[in-house]
Amino acid sequence: MTKRRVSIEDISRPSERLSELRKEDFKPLPEPFDKTESTPDFKPLSDKAKDQYESSLDDTIAVSIPKPKSKEEERVLIEKFLSGMEKLFTKENNWTFLQPLLLSMDHCAKCHTCSEACHIYEASGQNPIYRPAYRSEVFRRLYKNFIESNGSPLTAWRSGKVDLNWTTLARLIELAYRCNLCRRCAQTCPIGVDNALIAHEIRKVFSQELGIAAKEIHDDGSVLQLKVGSSTGMNSVVVKDNIEFIDEDVSEMTGIKVETPWDKEGADILLIHNAGEIMSWPMNPGAFGVIFETAGLNWTMSSEIAGYDSINYGVWYDDAQFARVAVKHAQAAKKLKVKKIVLGECGHAHKALTVIADRVLTGDLNIPRESCMVTLEGLIFSGKVKVDPSRNDFPVTLHDPCNLVRLMGIVEPQRRILRHIAPRFREMEPHGVYNYCCGGGSGFAIMSGHNFGDWRAQIAGRKKLEQILNAFKDELDPSIKKYVCAPCSNCKGQLRDLFSYYDLWEKHSIMYDGLVELIVNCMTDAKPGFIEWEWH
Amino acid sequence: MGVVLIVTYVSAAVFVLAVLVRFVRISRLPIHVRWELYPVSHEKGRAHYGGSYLEVPEWWKKKRESSLIGELKVMIPEILLLAGVHEHNRRHWAFTFPFHFGLYLLAGLIVLLLAGGILSAAGVEVSGGGRGLGLALYHSTYVVGYAGLALALLGSLALLGRRTFNQDYREYTTPGDYFNLMFFVVALGVAWVNHISADPNFVGLRAYFVQLVTLDLSSKGAAFAQQPVLVSAEIILASLLVAYIPLTHMSHFFTKWFMYHDIRWGDEPNIRGGEIEKKVGEVLNYPVSWSAPHIRGDGKKTWADIATSAVEEKTK
Repeated sequence: MTKRRVSIEDISRPSERLSELRKEDFKPLPEPFDKTESTPDFKPLSDKAKDQYESSLDDTIAVSIPKPKSKEEERVLIEKFLSGMEKLFTKENNWTFLQPLLLSMDHCAKCHTCSEACHIYEASGQNPIYRPAYRSEVFRRLYKNFIESNGSPLTAWRSGKVDLNWTTLARLIELAYRCNLCRRCAQTCPIGVDNALIAHEIRKVFSQELGIAAKEIHDDGSVLQLKVGSSTGMNSVVVKDNIEFIDEDVSEMTGIKVETPWDKEGADILLIHNAGEIMSWPMNPGAFGVIFETAGLNWTMSSEIAGYDSINYGVWYDDAQFARVAVKHAQAAKKLKVKKIVLGECGHAHKALTVIADRVLTGDLNIPRESCMVTLEGLIFSGKVKVDPSRNDFPVTLHDPCNLVRLMGIVEPQRRILRHIAPRFREMEPHGVYNYCCGGGSGFAIMSGHNFGDWRAQIAGRKKLEQILNAFKDELDPSIKKYVCAPCSNCKGQLRDLFSYYDLWEKHSIMYDGLVELIVNCMTDAKPGFIEWEWH
Repeated sequence: MGVVLIVTYVSAAVFVLAVLVRFVRISRLPIHVRWELYPVSHEKGRAHYGGSYLEVPEWWKKKRESSLIGELKVMIPEILLLAGVHEHNRRHWAFTFPFHFGLYLLAGLIVLLLAGGILSAAGVEVSGGGRGLGLALYHSTYVVGYAGLALALLGSLALLGRRTFNQDYREYTTPGDYFNLMFFVVALGVAWVNHISADPNFVGLRAYFVQLVTLDLSSKGAAFAQQPVLVSAEIILASLLVAYIPLTHMSHFFTKWFMYHDIRWGDEPNIRGGEIEKKVGEVLNYPVSWSAPHIRGDGKKTWADIATSAVEEKTK
């Protein structure tokens, strides 16, 4: 247990840090990482970072908000926040989430059921500031006292009070980035209160009114994607070049000729990958090409802006950016007159375009969207893609991306495939819709500024590490190669960093990758050995 | 006694009005984006593992099957037994279940008293010496009444204790929350004392309900007028409590319906030319006034304008 208690009101009280992170407080990991020393030291923030940015929440920084230079600047920021908060509770500015938000604002019974469900709270050793209800209660009190009423004593008496000052706000926005938005807490709330939604809405106020968001997801994310076509920075020429190289590589590796079709009008399928795959895990889009070509599908990729990058970071922090990207995706499909969009292995892109954008896209922009899990299942069980499961004779477990599973209900197709193609498949516990986030959700997988990478690996990813070690607990011997199937680009980014942080590949031969790689690895039409077991 | 009756009528009216106003307000909020959370209980054949129709190839071409039984299988244990708290926070369940179940029984008590009042007013004898329905009502009323009072009183005391002595809970409890629990403790305590000491068979309460259902504001000759003052105290406190509940966060007893059906289980897809598309078309025309540099909402530009516009300027 973290020794120091932190009250709701403490958030407004200036101090160097609201809460200290000490690894001896963190939840112990299973063997062989059960000693405190097994967790690397948390890199302290540099003096420069502490001088320059707001860092009074805990021992890390996610958003890098420059410290206001004067009281006047603080006052302006507070006023802007209040203005944004007011807008958040109007139907014109927030029709997207107003009803769920209001219900969550009004009905929390403060029973703490959500706390036990949160991997961050648990992993941190039950640090009070990481309770899902902590930031919500701060935000609720601000709403009740400053928006719903004019700070009357009766409101403070009924709903509690929090002082509104810059310290409160600087900590609140950082706290909104200590939640993976996995919504496991909401799943357990007996009333239906959604603390992850509240974290999401706090991010929105700061982004949509104050222009404050994590650089990696805004400037280097959605803004870049809308400008050049992809948050990776690849424009349409570069992406085509890269895919061409990938096609050549996989054709050689598998003996199956792959030539990715681009901008093919009237294709049945527009396949959109998370472009991060093309850069970091090229065998993933390559494997899709092998499978789709083998099955003889009429498919294409698009070189339109955002048409080749399925990411939609707006879903984590900004409705305007979200809508813009969703529209771009739909426009790319509309232009090619495809019958459906198939989303590659990326959880948040699945949810963004299939579920959330469902109430943004209308008319001829409302083009059917399908998960690649469903498409792939059809190809395998129809016999269009023939497999020899004995080629996958190594331990495999499945990480469930929250967006795909808990938030979309796509649970079984990937499992049916794995049970069919991976004879040594075993589940993590818990799994399916009750899974734990990898720790990279809501943008964290691409955020490593200052020492945020330490926080991600030591706290946000701790529960997933525990699950993976437990899934392979009888086969941790490094002579046995093991595979964590993570059909999501962001999850893979997090697992890559997590495994690297704890040397899982070096010490225990635990590798991660997607589902399509496993499929191609056992395709009878392909040459064996698609999975090369090299760290990447 | 007329005053007591008026308090009850007014309280009942406040209760109904508060529920109605809140219900209408929530219903009139604009359509929101989908934000479902699995398992979705009405997913036929898939709810048990949390699956959705999105698992079906080309789901948009298929008929979606929804299961009311599936919803009831989740809703009934959730409402009656607080199954969610039992599963995810067992220790707290031991405190909150008696309280909630006691309240359900007390709601049942009101129904029994109303039925008893109506029957008595119609000349049916509701007593230990009665027959058939009258006899059944007589016995069931005090059985349900004592069980409800005992559980709710114990539960509210337990919750009050938990919020007072457990630091995790105390830090999140406002003076208003303590007041709410104290209100329950006092109202239920008075009721308990009354029935133990003065109205053991709930005869006095039923006499009051006879007046209540016959709208008899006079006190002359009414059976209720003969009852001790504790009965009046019980009725006044209970009436005020009934009026108070929907004015607080405890209105979750009905807003939970929205939280489950509209949000958690709100998986209705937007079909071209359908009702949802029409509603989405309306909200996309709402004006936007967010001020960040990448939006520059001026109160005139709509969501549709924003969604189809480029980012003008990077944030600082």
